[in-house]
Amino acid sequence: MAKIVELPKLSPTMEEGTLVRWAKSEGESVQVDDLLAEVETDKATMEFRAFDRGTLLKQLVAEGSVAKLGQPVAIFGEPGEDISALVASAGPSAPKGAPSLAVAPADAAERSDVAHAEVRLDQPGDRDEGKARAVVVEPSPSSGSAEPSPQPRRRRDEPAANLVASTKGLAGVVLLPAHRREGASPPADGSGGAASPRVRRLARERGVDLSRVHGTGSHGRITTRDLEQVVASAPAAASVRVSGRVGDASRPEPLVRPASSMRKTIARRLTEAKREVPHFYLEADLDFDALTSLREQLNDGVEKGERVSVTDLLLRACALALRAVPASNASWVDGTIVEHRRCDISVAVAIEDGLVTPVVRDCDKKSVRAIGAELRELAERARAKKLKPEEMTDGVFSLSNLGMYGVDRFAAVINPPEGMILAVGATREVPVVRQGALAIGRRCAVTLSCDHRVVDGALGARFLQALRALVEKPVQILA
Amino acid sequence: MRELRVREALREAMAEEMERDERVFLLGEEVGHYQGAYKVSEGLLERFGAKRVLDTPIAEEGFAGVAIGAAMVGLRPIVEFMTWNFSAVAFDQILSNATKLRQMSGGQFTVPIVFRGPNGGARQTAAQHSQAMEVFYASIPGLKVVAPCTPADAKGLLKSAIRDDNPVLVLEDETLYGTKGPVPDGEHLVPIGLADVKRAGEHVTVVTWGKMLPHCLEAAATLEREKISLEVVDLRSLRPLDSNTVVESVRKTGRCVVVHEHWPYGGVGAEVVDRVQRDAFDDLDAPVLRVTGRDAPMAYNRALELLTLPDAKSVVAAVRAVLAY
Repeated sequence: MAKIVELPKLSPTMEEGTLVRWAKSEGESVQVDDLLAEVETDKATMEFRAFDRGTLLKQLVAEGSVAKLGQPVAIFGEPGEDISALVASAGPSAPKGAPSLAVAPADAAERSDVAHAEVRLDQPGDRDEGKARAVVVEPSPSSGSAEPSPQPRRRRDEPAANLVASTKGLAGVVLLPAHRREGASPPADGSGGAASPRVRRLARERGVDLSRVHGTGSHGRITTRDLEQVVASAPAAASVRVSGRVGDASRPEPLVRPASSMRKTIARRLTEAKREVPHFYLEADLDFDALTSLREQLNDGVEKGERVSVTDLLLRACALALRAVPASNASWVDGTIVEHRRCDISVAVAIEDGLVTPVVRDCDKKSVRAIGAELRELAERARAKKLKPEEMTDGVFSLSNLGMYGVDRFAAVINPPEGMILAVGATREVPVVRQGALAIGRRCAVTLSCDHRVVDGALGARFLQALRALVEKPVQILA
Repeated sequence: MRELRVREALREAMAEEMERDERVFLLGEEVGHYQGAYKVSEGLLERFGAKRVLDTPIAEEGFAGVAIGAAMVGLRPIVEFMTWNFSAVAFDQILSNATKLRQMSGGQFTVPIVFRGPNGGARQTAAQHSQAMEVFYASIPGLKVVAPCTPADAKGLLKSAIRDDNPVLVLEDETLYGTKGPVPDGEHLVPIGLADVKRAGEHVTVVTWGKMLPHCLEAAATLEREKISLEVVDLRSLRPLDSNTVVESVRKTGRCVVVHEHWPYGGVGAEVVDRVQRDAFDDLDAPVLRVTGRDAPMAYNRALELLTLPDAKSVVAAVRAVLAY
């Protein structure tokens, strides 16, 4: 008795396959476990072996075509049997009696209805399984009208919005606090102005009495915005706390203003750096005669806005020194030492009310002029507050130059998670000893702050040695 | 940079490490002649031979024990569990032997072993084959546990796991084996113990790993249209857990939602919540909420299965809940 053979599920996630090659021809006899065909799935090319024995009377799917799970692909039987009826019933598009493992037709239609936001896992990927997973098959109720994509087949007459109160019909479990669950009675309105821990901290820092603040958040909560408004409208109230001279109204009042988010970030990160990072400092007086001469030569005939600066030269020099002493190009990350393989250097740029650190990427791969042009562009955008967050993070080393402000030498604070920062002072003409005689030379004091968790004294010293060698034979910086 | 699927990235990691160190070998059910139950080890038997790629009988406790013994005498085995559900049969080997022999022998033995395989459910694999096992393993001292999601992370973390002298569990995901992504050329290692911000944002920190990452990214894309910006942190390592990255993020956003496949009671999700509320208390504008798999064995029925695990809509709901404060 002839029968139809359907495409079985050759792997757990298979939904269809391409019949790459028939291993048996029409009329050939087949034993149990003989290779019938090779089928290519999303994963790999699978072997389709016979479950029964018999004669392959007809191949219903041509080599190279795609067949769905459960689709008739062959007819088996005794040689010479009349299979015209079977062939007619097994049309190419009709999966006859899909096996229990296959996806029911309703699901397939469902899937095509659902609109999805485009999702990328870094790059477009194999999303078949993901798409199917996101479908909630009827008759489960949809979770409300909050998201914009139209899904007409799944909409139910559920009361709209307030997702906070109802997690009915959602996949998985959304664990909500007790008073926000369905059926809980909400706290009394204006309940003495509940405030989140963050709001309470901000109030403490600014000396604001929360009992005087009107809460506009849900159930009378005091929000950050409520706090901001109080501070903005009554700065004098805060100043009483700050001046510390209670009752002495004859002294001039200080100007008090809430810290901008940049200042808060600087305060937080640098306090953390000083607290968490074991700093030590290596100082060197570098001979800048050759560097100054090289710089003059580089800038000969160059327009004012395009001249190479000491910082530009030092950025490349530091990058090359990092390459020469790769162990010093490292960060301490939660008990692991991460040795970086790039020379992205953060440069401290002073702007109104603070400082930012734009990162010049690949200082070892760019020419000094390119570095200079890039740094000028970054600094301009920094002053206009137009830097993107990704332009200010992920450096491996920092450089800070206060020479133009007349600072002779200083020590800078490391920007975690970087391992070192170089502080550069002014180039000074000073008396020096040259071949036993007094002469005049140019010196620049630099201080290298190091994170002792990844850089020891000797390692930091080797970096400085490499840097000194480049600075004192500076044509090597250009190579 | 190349585009690889997760399974290819895992295969490359093993092949490179086996090439680099002749002590590294792979054993497990169907890893050799069948080319791997999920084709992760495809071609490895042909390339490295039967002494380096061993097909085991269906006896997890047995072959886990064999591998631990091999590790104790100087080899570096990679044990593949066909799924992490089956590791339950070998639980004592992992719990009592792999993780404790170093300490109990005063350092005379180390167990540089990697256990890997797909974790959690796939599609209608039902109650006994859909468990997200990190809920049992991540709290055991002596173990490291990683859960990579992208091809680059899969390759980098598996290589780091193989080079690590401690027992390391690598929890993969069958539904993600076919996902493509960029993988850097050359030697690519991802340190264990470091989370990764997969998407930067300002308003809510979403912490996740494994199967739920695509749903979190989808939720982020959906909410972007309403100008709500999510910062999605992929933990990658469950033990040690990089709470610094999470806390840094919450300090910025003030709100946190943890999304995971495993059951709601305890586990890695609750650990993250503890660290956030302890270390970022003064930065929180709302309680830390979790979105988890349901507190029930996984059903076989497809409709019920889809309701058991969170999806992008559940994540969006939780984000709205924290924003409502």
